[in-house]
Amino acid sequence: MTTVEETDVHGIGQSVKRKEDDRFIRGKGTYVEDLVLPNMLHMAILRSPIAHAKIVSVNVDEAQAIPGVVAVVTGELLAQHNLAWMPTMSGDTQAVFATDKVRFQGQEVAAVVAEDPYIAHDALGLIDVEYEPLPAVTSPQQALQPDAPLIRDDKEGQTDNRCFQWETGDKDATEKAFQQADKIVELSTFYPRCHPSPLETCGIVADVNPISGKATLHMTSQAPHAIRTVFALVAGLPEHKIQIITHDIGGGFGNKVPVYPGYVAATAASLLIGRPVKWIEDRTENLISTGFARDYHMRGELALTNDGKMLGIRVELLSDNGAFFADAQPTKCKVGLFHIVTGSYDVPAAYLSTQGAYTNKAPGGVAYRCSFRVTEASYLVERLVQNAAYELGMDPAELRRKNFIKPEQFPYKSATGFVYDSGEYERAMDLAMNELGYAELRKEQEAARAEGRLIGIGMASFTEVVGAGPSKDYDILGLKMFDSAELRVHPTGKAILKIGVQTQGQGHETTFAQIVATELGIPTEDVLVQYGDTDNTPYSLGTYASRSTPTAGAATAMVARKLVEKGKKIAAHLLEVSEEDLEFKVDKFSVKGAPDKAVTIQDVAFAAYTNMPEGLEHGLEDNHYYDPPNMTFPFGTYMVVVEVDADTGQWKVLRMLAVDDCGKVINPMIVQGQIHGGLAEGYGIAAMELITFDDDGNCIGSNFMDYLLPTSWETPRFETHMTETPSPHHPIGAKGVGESATVGSPAAYVNAVIDALAHTGVRNIDMPVTSAKVWEAMQGAARSS
Amino acid sequence: MEIALRVNGQERTGDIEPRRLLIHFIRGDLGLTGSHVGCDTTSCGACTVLLDGSPVKSCTLFAVQANGSEIKTVEGLMQDGELDPIQAAFKEEHGLQCGFCTPGMMLTAAELLDRNPSPSEDDIRWALSGNICRCTGYVNIVKAVQAAAPAKSEPVATGSEA
Ligand code: FES
Ligand code: FES
Repeated sequence: MTTVEETDVHGIGQSVKRKEDDRFIRGKGTYVEDLVLPNMLHMAILRSPIAHAKIVSVNVDEAQAIPGVVAVVTGELLAQHNLAWMPTMSGDTQAVFATDKVRFQGQEVAAVVAEDPYIAHDALGLIDVEYEPLPAVTSPQQALQPDAPLIRDDKEGQTDNRCFQWETGDKDATEKAFQQADKIVELSTFYPRCHPSPLETCGIVADVNPISGKATLHMTSQAPHAIRTVFALVAGLPEHKIQIITHDIGGGFGNKVPVYPGYVAATAASLLIGRPVKWIEDRTENLISTGFARDYHMRGELALTNDGKMLGIRVELLSDNGAFFADAQPTKCKVGLFHIVTGSYDVPAAYLSTQGAYTNKAPGGVAYRCSFRVTEASYLVERLVQNAAYELGMDPAELRRKNFIKPEQFPYKSATGFVYDSGEYERAMDLAMNELGYAELRKEQEAARAEGRLIGIGMASFTEVVGAGPSKDYDILGLKMFDSAELRVHPTGKAILKIGVQTQGQGHETTFAQIVATELGIPTEDVLVQYGDTDNTPYSLGTYASRSTPTAGAATAMVARKLVEKGKKIAAHLLEVSEEDLEFKVDKFSVKGAPDKAVTIQDVAFAAYTNMPEGLEHGLEDNHYYDPPNMTFPFGTYMVVVEVDADTGQWKVLRMLAVDDCGKVINPMIVQGQIHGGLAEGYGIAAMELITFDDDGNCIGSNFMDYLLPTSWETPRFETHMTETPSPHHPIGAKGVGESATVGSPAAYVNAVIDALAHTGVRNIDMPVTSAKVWEAMQGAARSS
Repeated sequence: MEIALRVNGQERTGDIEPRRLLIHFIRGDLGLTGSHVGCDTTSCGACTVLLDGSPVKSCTLFAVQANGSEIKTVEGLMQDGELDPIQAAFKEEHGLQCGFCTPGMMLTAAELLDRNPSPSEDDIRWALSGNICRCTGYVNIVKAVQAAAPAKSEPVATGSEA
C-alpha cells in the first residue's frame, strides 16, 4: 500500500489554488444579472428625490400606458397584499414602498415591471408623485432636539426621534477607576457613514411558479437560509415553497445581508403577474438606499496612572440609524459588539452608554467587513491609546505592551463580559516592530522633522470578536446563531460537502474541501463543496461577521469526524479486528502496531455501499449542527508609516505592514488575500470613502465619482506577516480572518497621520483624512501655538 | 439600427436601438456575460472590453459606435483551448476573489502587456487604475500581471508567506 503523506491530500495549511477560479478567469461565473429565464420581465424602482415628505398622490396612468409596461407596483398595491412594510434585522419595521411619507432620499416609492429594462426606466419618468415636503433631519444631534420633526410617526407611541438607548459595563466601578486616575485622556471623534460597495450591486430574479406556487428566488444574499425564513414570515409563503439560490456573488462585505425592498417587490410582482421578474440595482441605488455602515459619533475616555497602567475606559456613543433601525446585529445587541472596546488591553473597568436616533437618511447599519460594530470600537480604543501615550510621554508601543492581556491570562474575561479565547499580543506586535524596523524609523522620523519633513508612524494592536453564536447568547430575529454541514462520501471515495454559509469571494469551495481533506483523508480535489441553494444545503445563519470558518468550518470538521468514527467500524469489519485496535491517520485506518494492515478511506467508502457489516446502516454520510461554545478573537498589529506634505496636507503611505493572527490558517494564500482586501478597504475608509448629506438630506456620495474607492494607484503596497495562536475551543483551532484588516487598519492609518503632526499638538482628524482636513489641522495647530 | 462587428473573431450583427449601450449589446444580445456592470459613471472598469485593441468601458459607448470594429471580451482570451498567460497567472497568484472585476482587469492587463512586455509595478498600477477591485487590495493582481509579463520584472515584496 502506498503511503499518502499528510500534504498529499492538500488539506489544512496549504496554499491550494482555488477551484472557483477556473470559471471566473474564463468569464463563466454566474452572477444574478447573468440569468435569463424564459418570459422574464424587468423591474425598475422609482425612488424619492426628497428626504422627508408626505406623499399626496401617486399617479401611474401614463407610465402604465407605455407599450411594453406590464405593471406598475405602488405602495398601495403592496398594502393590499399586506406587503407595504417589512421587519428589519433589529426588530423595527421598514417600508417596502412608501405609502404615507418618504423618509430618506432614495426611498422606494413604486416600481415598473416591463418587457425590457430600457422600457421600465422610460416609464419610471412618467410616474407622477406629488410630495408635500417636510423639514429634513440630517444628524442625530438635530434629531434629538425637542422640536425636531418626528420622522417615525408611523410607529405607535413614538413621540421623538430616539431609536434606542443602551448601556453596558459597570458604571460605578468605572466611575471609581476614573477618580483614582492620574491621567484622563479624552477623544471625541466621528466615524463617518461609509458603504461596503461590493463591485456587484444587489439584485434578484424572482420566479414564482403560478401552478405550484413555488418561489425560486435567485438573489444576492450572504444569508440565504435566514432570508428564506424571513420571506416566509413576511410574505406568508410556505417555507418549503421558497428556494433561494445565490449563484456567484460579486462581493458582499455586509451589504448583501439584509432583505431590501427591491427583493420583496420583485417577488410580489412575479407572484401577481405569474412571470419571472428581474431587478438589478444600479450603483446609485446601491449607494443611496442599501445598508450603509458606521455613522457613529463617539466620545471615549481612558483613565490611567502616571506610569501608564490603564484603569478604566468610558464611552459615550451617539449613532445615526437613518429612517429605519435596520442594523444587522444579534437581538440582544443595540450597538453590535461595540463593547469589545477594551480591545487588547487588560482594563479592569469599562462602561458604555449609547443612544441611537432616527434621521432622514438611508437605513442600514450593516457591518462593512466587520463583526457587528467591532470596527468602530477598535478604532476608538486604538486612537485613544496613541493619544494617551502622547499625554504620558510614553512610546505608543510601550504603552500597549504595558497593558496587553498576557498569554497566561487566557481565557480572559473582559470588563464588559467577553471571554477571550487566546492571544499572544506582544508576539504579534514585536514581529511587526522588527519587520518594520521601528526603533530605526523613530530616529529617522526625528531627523526628518529637523529638516521640516513630517513623517508619522501609526499602529493599531487590535482584537476582534467574531464567529457568533454561541446560540444561548446570540440570535437574529430569534434564529439561533449556530451553523451546519452535511457530508456524504460516494462509493468510489469522492465526497460532497453541503454548507449553508455563503461565499462572496472568500474561496469556500476550496477551503472547506481542505478541512474535509485533513479530517477525512479525501483529497481536496475529490471534495465538491455545495452552497448557495437553500433546497440543497443545511440551515445556516449565513456569512458575515467572519463567522463561516468559526461556525460552519467547525461543523465541517465535526461531521468529518463522525464519518471517521463510522469508518472505523467498517474498517474493523474489513480488517477483521476490533475497532479499539485501529487508528486513523491521514487517509488510512490501520492496526495499531501493524501499519501494513490497513484500509483507506476510499476502501471504507466502497464497503459502506457494497460490504457493510451486519447491524450498521448503509452509506457514509452525516450532518452536524455546530453551536460554538464561545466566539473567537483574532488579533494583530498593523503599522503604517506616512509622510505628510507640510504645505498641502497631502499624505502618502510609505509603508503598511500587517501582522495577523487568525488562529489556525487553512489556506495561507487565501488568508493573505483576505487581509490585502481588508487593508485596502481600511485605507479607503481612512482616506476617502464618505457618504454625507446636505441640510436638505441630499445624499452626497451617491456614485463612484463622489464616493471614492481606492484604485490600484492610491492603494498602499502591503507587507503581510502571520503568527498562529490557535483557538482552544474550535475543532481545528481556526478563528476567522475576513474582516481583521478592515477592523484594525483605519486606526493605524489615521494614527500615522496624527503622529506626523502630534508634536504640534494635533490629536484628532476625523475620517476620511483628506488633505484639506490635514491642512486645516495644521493651520489650527499653528494658530494655537 | 443595424450594426455589424467582429467579436472574439466572429462576425456578429444586431438590429438595435441607437441608445443601446455596448455593454448591454454584448451581455444581452450576444449572451457574453463575462463582462460586468459595476457602476453608472464610467468609474469601475468591470465592463472593460478591448475595442480595436484598446481597453474601453463598454458601459459608456453606444453599441452603434462599435459598428465595424473588432471587439475582444474575456470569452475571447483563450486561444486554441489554452488559457492566456494572464488568465493562468490570475489563478496562480490569487489575483481574484469574487471574480466580478476579473474579466475587465485581465483585459486591461493583457493590453498593457501587449504594449509593454516588462512593466514596472508603477506601470501596472497606473494601467489598472481605471479598474476597481473591492476584494483583493490589488497586491496579487499586480503579482499576476508581473508573472504573465513576457519579460518578467522584479516581483513585488509583500512580507513573509505564512
Ligand atoms: S460599469 Fe463601466 S465603468 Fe463601471
Ligand atoms: S475580485 Fe471581487 S472585485 Fe475584484
